[in-house]
Amino acid sequence: MKPAPFEYFAPETVDEAVALLAEHGDEAKILAGGQSLMPLLNMRLARPAALVDATKVAGLDAIRETRRGLVIGAMTSKRTVERSALVRERQPLLHAATLLIAHPQIRNRGTVGGSLAHADPAAEYPAVAVALDAELTARGPRGERRIAAADFFVSYLTTALEPAELLTEVRFPTFGDGTGWACQEIARRHGDFAMAGVAVTLKRGRRGRCADARVVLFGVGPAPVRARAAEQLLVGEAPGETLFAEAGRSAGEAIDEPLSDVHASAEYRRHLAQVLTRRGLAEAAARAGLAP
Amino acid sequence: MERSHAMTPRRVSLTVNGESFEALVEPRTTLVDFLRGELGLTGTHVGCEQGACGACTILLDGKTVRSCLMLAVQADGASLMTVEGLGSDGRLHPIQEAFREEHGLQCGFCTPGFLMSLFELLHDRPDPTDEELRDALGGQICRCTGYQAILRSARLAAAKLRGDPAPAGAGGT
Repeated sequence: MKPAPFEYFAPETVDEAVALLAEHGDEAKILAGGQSLMPLLNMRLARPAALVDATKVAGLDAIRETRRGLVIGAMTSKRTVERSALVRERQPLLHAATLLIAHPQIRNRGTVGGSLAHADPAAEYPAVAVALDAELTARGPRGERRIAAADFFVSYLTTALEPAELLTEVRFPTFGDGTGWACQEIARRHGDFAMAGVAVTLKRGRRGRCADARVVLFGVGPAPVRARAAEQLLVGEAPGETLFAEAGRSAGEAIDEPLSDVHASAEYRRHLAQVLTRRGLAEAAARAGLAP
Repeated sequence: MERSHAMTPRRVSLTVNGESFEALVEPRTTLVDFLRGELGLTGTHVGCEQGACGACTILLDGKTVRSCLMLAVQADGASLMTVEGLGSDGRLHPIQEAFREEHGLQCGFCTPGFLMSLFELLHDRPDPTDEELRDALGGQICRCTGYQAILRSARLAAAKLRGDPAPAGAGGT
């Protein structure tokens, strides 16, 4: 028996789940797909007194298109996202990022909301959410609130969610014409957590210039890192290899405290951030019709 | 005292390899420990217990999952398939035959996970590309360095399931 004992609850509605979370406070953990929490339980790195299993909560696994983007239920599996024609067509960056996550066996069970709420700094979805200005909806004892992705990821495994709040859905805005995108990462093996990665969007403006840019790095700090200075270098300029290299160097400098661990040194992560930004921008520019 | 019921077993009913089971389990029991310890189905192996190695991969309602990353109580009402459900009474499943013929295993510890992952893929994609095979099997770790033989086994398994005529020299490299 690996996990320490816990009380187990399997609520069937969001209200029931929220009531349980309110009752147990800091002592409770939400079990979504379990692909990150179960290892922590098995190794007893997490020892919650109460486990609130969200897998039986009804109505949290739909994908629908609205005028403001794709709305994806928090308990939608990554496999469902990967196989959704709607996602592939309307939010291709999210689709591409999904394919970089772990392996089919993990994506069958792991959920969109679980990844976002777990907020692993090396995970793809948090960076994609920040790059796309996604909006997360949480339900708590005092009702529902919406949180911008930019405000959601606070630090290492820490989000703006209150202990009694359940993430219910996420809205990912879709792209208009002339927007290019890329998600690139370097992992030791395909499917491993990235040592470093980047989510990029570029919007084509007039006369072959960038109207807007987003560069969001992951795996290099305690939360997704938006490389604002690199973005500023791009806006209003005609893209090209020199500009992309310059933006890459700037992105490398945007990292305050790169992680240094057994997989990669801080310096190597900074190097990867530069290279991946340059490559990601070139890929996004080609998609946006901005290729020099 | 308020948590004295955390250890209280809960009733679980599920189907494994077509057979119905009902049992009482403590909520913290992982599905793989339940399969092995309670049901005696020891074909599913426990490796890393953190989802990385893939040895415990089974099918849950037709989809591959890591049975070390699920609680047994979560499988209540589900239909499971383990490696014991592949063959029948002394007859190997074509995927198992392919692994035998192409030497797709050495020590065999990882094999149940490879077989189940391949089962799911070939159900969805009877004629997979090599890239699809590598993607489907990339989450399974073999420490006997048998990946090339495993890939050959996987290709042969797909051919067998499609009913392709055996290629000349099959059973060799």
